[in-house]
Amino acid sequence: MDKDELIAAIKEIAAPYTADKTALAHLSEKTDFITDLKINSANLVDIVLDLEEKFGIEIDNDAMARMLNVKSTVEIIEAKMRAHDRK
Amino acid sequence: MTKRVVITGLGVVSPNGADIAQFSHAIRNGLSGIKHDPQLEQLLFSCHVAGKPVIEETRLPQYFTELEIRNLESTGIVYGVIAGMDAWHDAGLLPAPAEIPDWDSGTVFGTGTSGIDKFRGAIYKLDNLQIRKLGSTVVAQTMASGVSALLAGKLGLGNQVTTNSSACATGTESILMAYERIKSGQAIRMLAGSTSDSGPYIWAGFDAMKVCTYKHNETPEKASRPMSASASGFVPGSGAGAMVLESLDSALSRGVKIYAEILGGHLNSGGQRGTGTMTAPNPQAVQRCIVSALKSSGIRPDEVDLINGHLTATSKDPLEIQNWVTALGRSGKDFPYINSVKGMIGHCISASGSIECVASVLQLSEGFIFPNINCEDLHPEIEMLIDQECIPRVSLEKKPAILIKASFGFGDVNACLLLKKYNHG
Repeated sequence: MDKDELIAAIKEIAAPYTADKTALAHLSEKTDFITDLKINSANLVDIVLDLEEKFGIEIDNDAMARMLNVKSTVEIIEAKMRAHDRK
Repeated sequence: MTKRVVITGLGVVSPNGADIAQFSHAIRNGLSGIKHDPQLEQLLFSCHVAGKPVIEETRLPQYFTELEIRNLESTGIVYGVIAGMDAWHDAGLLPAPAEIPDWDSGTVFGTGTSGIDKFRGAIYKLDNLQIRKLGSTVVAQTMASGVSALLAGKLGLGNQVTTNSSACATGTESILMAYERIKSGQAIRMLAGSTSDSGPYIWAGFDAMKVCTYKHNETPEKASRPMSASASGFVPGSGAGAMVLESLDSALSRGVKIYAEILGGHLNSGGQRGTGTMTAPNPQAVQRCIVSALKSSGIRPDEVDLINGHLTATSKDPLEIQNWVTALGRSGKDFPYINSVKGMIGHCISASGSIECVASVLQLSEGFIFPNINCEDLHPEIEMLIDQECIPRVSLEKKPAILIKASFGFGDVNACLLLKKYNHG
């Protein structure tokens, strides 16, 4: 899966948690979940759970704490999937 | 600065009607909401019947966001939010604007336990070492104040926001607590009510105690029989009732419909002393609660037209009638009319008081007295105390002016309210 597909998947998962649909439409690698998409910080954990299910990966606490924006989320998922492939 | 307090909005989610129009029609016509519950039978309950509200799926998006509906398993919260929002809307009120809370409005919205199904699911996950899969929804759906917190967020309430809990007295207590806050000038408007989850995990303890009936499993609509000789225990129920309380000044300035006035009330406990226990009321406390409620309202016992009793259809019904007779000093033909909604909807536990207060207010504002269904065979001990005519078995086109409502709960706690018809103009 390339980066654009990954970002599209993140956008789809973030959609129900985002009240600001305009900001969601403009989602890019630079987007921050809390400041740009106005997602309730408590819901970040739900987004991570949805991503885990979608990509069949498990994200540890430290990685989860860094998943505050699209860029770091993409990086973490890519790393997890690479690690997964090697196994 | 003591304020007069009136009721300007009503909402209800009851086993025999999930909005005010349906519920009013149902109680006036003696329609039962008790049905066979296959889940209870499967789980080997003694009682296979229950009163559960029916909520159309399509209705949920009117009250909850798409996100809130995902993983929403707390039926008590669903009922409470629907009843509360309906009451707010019925009072002609809107949610506060996006940036500023409504400092003058608050809520006292009670419950026994909310989100027990959600809690059960969380416990299974936890025991399977899957704590990280709980997500963000468990706390808000299982904390007792989940219902008042959700309502406050939806409406932007900036005054007191709390959840009270006093077993089956909860709903009547929530209304009285909200009344006192307005009366003392600390709030202008309060959403008051209570809710109770549906389902076996709420009801099981009562079934195990053998306080629920098991003698009418084949005839659900006949199962809840307050004041009847063949009453053999209560039928478990669920739902929510809500009302908007408001200072009379505020209601008049807004020019809205006033359903009734709250004249006063009283809360107390028998302290589980004398014959009072965790599960049985101390008669002295019950009588004292009624007498104090009358006194605080400035109402004489002979002015009471109608009693809406607690009357659960257990063996305690004759004792309750005895307490009313003693507290009011009225008996035989001199006794007021008395009725119990529990014949139609069962005992909705922590929601019972608020649903029954809604039924009480509807009788005052619409001018009728709903029937006591299933009381064809009046309990002989009750018949020795008060006249048959005081217990209507068919709907009466009477216009009660003063109604007294009481609820009693486990822990020997009592709540009593005095309501008066409000005459516009």
